[in-house]
Amino acid sequence: MTESRPARKQIHLAAHFPGVNSTTVWADPRSGSQIDFSSFEHLARTAERGLFDFFFLAEGLRLREHAGRVHDLDVVGRPESITVLNALAAVTDRLGLAATVNATFNEPYELARRLASLDHLSGGRAAWNVVTSSDAFTGENFRRGGFLDRADRYTRAAEALATVRELWDSWPAGGERRRFAHDGPQFRIEGEVTVERPPQGHPVVIQAGDSAEGREFAASAADVIFSRHSEPEAGRAFYADVKGRLARYGRRPEELKILPAVTYVLGDTEAEARERAALISRQQVSPQNAILTLEQVWGRDLSAYDPDGPFPETDPDPESTLVQGRVRVADPFAVAARWRALSEAKGLSIRETVIEATGRHSFVGTPASVAAALEEHVATGAADGFILVPHLTPGGLDDFVDRVVPLLQERGVFRTEYTGTTLRSHLGLPAPVWKAGTP
Amino acid sequence: MTRAHPYRPLHLAAEIAPGAVGTRAAADAVALARIGEEAGLDFLTHDDSFSRPGLDALAVLSRVAPATRSIGLVPTVTTTHTEPFHVQAAVATLDWVSRGRAGWRVEVSRGAAEAALFGRRAAPPTAALWQEAGEVAEVARRLWDSWEDDAEIRDVPTGRFIDRDKLHHVDFQGSVFSVKGPSIVPRPPQGHPVVVVDATRPEARETAARHADVALIRAASPEEAAGLRAELHRAARAHGRDPELLRVLLSVPAGLPGLPGHSDPSGHSDPFGHSGPSGDSDLADPAALAERIAAWHGGGAVDGLHLVPADPARDLPRFAAGTVAALRGRGLFRTAYAGTTLRDHLGLPRPVSQYAPKGADA
Repeated sequence: MTESRPARKQIHLAAHFPGVNSTTVWADPRSGSQIDFSSFEHLARTAERGLFDFFFLAEGLRLREHAGRVHDLDVVGRPESITVLNALAAVTDRLGLAATVNATFNEPYELARRLASLDHLSGGRAAWNVVTSSDAFTGENFRRGGFLDRADRYTRAAEALATVRELWDSWPAGGERRRFAHDGPQFRIEGEVTVERPPQGHPVVIQAGDSAEGREFAASAADVIFSRHSEPEAGRAFYADVKGRLARYGRRPEELKILPAVTYVLGDTEAEARERAALISRQQVSPQNAILTLEQVWGRDLSAYDPDGPFPETDPDPESTLVQGRVRVADPFAVAARWRALSEAKGLSIRETVIEATGRHSFVGTPASVAAALEEHVATGAADGFILVPHLTPGGLDDFVDRVVPLLQERGVFRTEYTGTTLRSHLGLPAPVWKAGTP
Repeated sequence: MTRAHPYRPLHLAAEIAPGAVGTRAAADAVALARIGEEAGLDFLTHDDSFSRPGLDALAVLSRVAPATRSIGLVPTVTTTHTEPFHVQAAVATLDWVSRGRAGWRVEVSRGAAEAALFGRRAAPPTAALWQEAGEVAEVARRLWDSWEDDAEIRDVPTGRFIDRDKLHHVDFQGSVFSVKGPSIVPRPPQGHPVVVVDATRPEARETAARHADVALIRAASPEEAAGLRAELHRAARAHGRDPELLRVLLSVPAGLPGLPGHSDPSGHSDPFGHSGPSGDSDLADPAALAERIAAWHGGGAVDGLHLVPADPARDLPRFAAGTVAALRGRGLFRTAYAGTTLRDHLGLPRPVSQYAPKGADA
């Protein structure tokens, strides 16, 4: 049924290890350890069995706090990303290995060295998700503290990335090691690297920022965008916007892949899938989590409210410091008004409102309908692929790989074997241009 | 495991750096680790520095971990230009991915050249660097303890994943840095991954006595080694530690005859061959080396040996097949691993978290 069609746009797939947030369901009998290596191994091997492009790890630098105490309702605790990925390189052969590593609390020399080491030890499968922090809360765990001004985040990220790439280029494989010297507003460093140029030349660079500066930074320097726009319409707008920015950097649209983070729920029938999705949402939004979610928007102690009771009358406190270590809600008044309207219109309790407002799964259906929707998403320019965020550790991707991947392959939109050995080759990215050093 | 046991087991370890500077590093390190594991060594060290070509040592040994089952893995991690919070998280993670086989050789970065790679600060004098290294070891232990072992409760009725009374801010105030905590990583399998300090340099000795589970020394004679060991024990006791929980291993450079051995920056002569009249190194005669190890260990001078081969790929197999086999033949070295963690191999108990309620069991 596919043979007469023209070549279809190929889908890229990545696997996100379940995070330390309410998407991850821990109160399920099938939920395993968030820290044992066997969980990482299971998920990575599953992703490789499914011929995924890469496996993605987020980063934690300070445990989240609520009202001055460690947040206790979600999964807490995770390993240091690059170290786990080096270990996973031993139990996988082709799967890309993506680490989120902060450019505020690490220096270019160690970033370049650690990522080059991962690229060598995995035979060319490393990726770096570049993030920055400006909050003093996280800074309290570090020598350098939280000095970075919010406005300087991309200045630092851009210079850190450019510097890291200079360092990667300073020792061509099999060639002469040359001294590097970088003198810029953020970094003034010089010397020699200890590791040859990575097998990929430059490990793949991922960027997740959504602001105008974030998009511009991605367009200028990233290989992959970790996007939040999983809805088709918002996805298409984002996709068009970012791809439209590439030309001014002399880049072609296919040189930057846009992959939204998505969730999915499968069932044998559409009705069963919807039922399962509702059940998962209720697991994700426990009564306690419903109140906490509200407190995160309101910035107030709402513990006296009944999660199964009516919505609070009070307004958000925009100056609140109740919540630490999370991205702040940009406009709490707007969110509060929207949720209150939803609650009133449908007569929903606090918990039901939170489920309705936040507990949406991106793709819900039978394997066939989910496969069709994924293809449609990519074919209509809403994405180049997806970062799948399972809700269970470690078996959360098993059914997708067993039931959806074969259908994507049948539709001719997903690889039936790895054709290359490096992450760059999976993503169809060009080899980076080697640049001679400054001195 | 019982401390009162009259038999004092022999501990053997070996260095495997420098590895390849590129993609071959993984296969090379795995091959060496398997040789070391076959020989039943307590652990392998992998040296590291920002000034010598080579991959990140902790990365290499993380890559080795799933390819081995029993041998301890001890990368050098420096404390001068790195963030203490990252160092402890990476070592704790190595302990998780190796299922309790991680150690950490604490080292400092001396000199202006390494400082210029980071551009953050000028390098202080060596004594200050070791003082700071001690503080990093201290905060690492606190952060490893900042999650009590039973902090994760998964209590469905109350919706709580953790009991937050069992997670602790460490509020560490050092002389040049501070850390709030708790760690991002749950308490590692060993409680505390094993801390190794090369106590060869006098500046490092205090840090070793105070923080090390394993101290590496160099000595020209059994008497000198015994003296250093006693000094480390005395200093450990002065810090309120039980000296029986400090293992002292003799670092021995080794090569094959006719080839230059490992150069010894401390200027010590090599008791095991290099300084001998023939100029031959110790591996030329595996049985004789086994004899000398047995004599030094049996006489109480050291708890074991840390071999530093000139060329690990060439020398480690020879050490394993010759010397270790001879020691096993004499019943002086384990023929199989009895435990699963590096602490097990070293006969060190798993420490209770310093934040656990008093009287809590390990």
